[in-house]
Amino acid sequence: MSDAKTLILGALVGLVFGFILQKGGLTRFRVIVGQFLLRDFTMLKVLLTAMIVGGIGIYAMRAGGADVALHLKSTAVLGNVIGGLLFGVGMVLLGYCPGTGIAALGDGSRHAWAGLFGMFAGAAIYAEAHPWVKDNLLGIGAYGKVTLPSVTGITPWLYFAVLLAVAFFGFRALRSFERRRQQPTAP
Amino acid sequence: MNPLAKPRWSPYVAGALIGVLSWITFATMDKALGTSTTVVRAVGVAERAIAPEHVANNAYLTKYLGTPEKPKPWFEWQFALVLMLPVGAFLASKLSKSRIKESIPDLWRARFGDSKAKRWAVAFAGGAIMLFGARMAGGCTSGHGLSGTLQLAVSGWLFTAALFAAGVATAYAVYGKKGADHV
Repeated sequence: MSDAKTLILGALVGLVFGFILQKGGLTRFRVIVGQFLLRDFTMLKVLLTAMIVGGIGIYAMRAGGADVALHLKSTAVLGNVIGGLLFGVGMVLLGYCPGTGIAALGDGSRHAWAGLFGMFAGAAIYAEAHPWVKDNLLGIGAYGKVTLPSVTGITPWLYFAVLLAVAFFGFRALRSFERRRQQPTAP
Repeated sequence: MNPLAKPRWSPYVAGALIGVLSWITFATMDKALGTSTTVVRAVGVAERAIAPEHVANNAYLTKYLGTPEKPKPWFEWQFALVLMLPVGAFLASKLSKSRIKESIPDLWRARFGDSKAKRWAVAFAGGAIMLFGARMAGGCTSGHGLSGTLQLAVSGWLFTAALFAAGVATAYAVYGKKGADHV
């Protein structure tokens, strides 16, 4: 595919992605922080549904013989976990992740601008720290581009079946929890 | 009612559409959705304008921007994607007339008061810690949390589990149970 075509497709995907994030409520601080306070499960519902639909589709295309490659990121256990922990702390302080924060600029969130400049600073600082991180952290638990099926030898379909079951029963239990919360019993 | 004019879609519908969007990027573009690499490229290009030598000697930035002899194009598909995110959100908010003007979120105000400086300083610090973590982990909520988990990548699941654990702990440390009841 030509570069120009990829660029245009990328722009279109960004437009639609930003549109969906706003419609899904994920450009809102209250929704994101509410997820981590375990009071608003919008984010988990969106993420888990996207994971299941996206993952089954992509694995099905591959199983059907379509020329669709996986794009895996390397597993470096310590880097993934410490990075993820830092990310979670920062995400709650800002109230957005990078994608939703940048989309939120279009939805009228002004403090997201401060977050964007913070992201620039974080990226710049990481670029300086990378040699140290690479030498001291990224080599620990480095297994390369592995997937849960490749590591365990279990078919991907079992993972998706479990995810589907977790989503179905989890969200059903959540619905009754949400109904209870909405009952005006609390003062 | 016209779905484009609705202020909120069902999270399941939004999630399914994002899943379909990932099919499109994998099948037609041979790419996985991601965001935070673009932040590195943007900051690298800005730094290069000020201190070209410093950037040329930084292994991490040259990985994405190339060397002075062999520069890589920084305006690539993901950069275009990220630039269009706020445009998409803007259109969505306009079509439903649900656009906000938020300098200090209510939840924050209830806990920390009316100081804009305080809120913006914490937002800045949060953004910085978050991006540092994303780059250490090799991706963010898009690259690991969505694209990684849906491919059943070990890295994506590790990252996402850690992010949720730290997020819940931080949220309760910052807002407390009282804050949670304000949501």
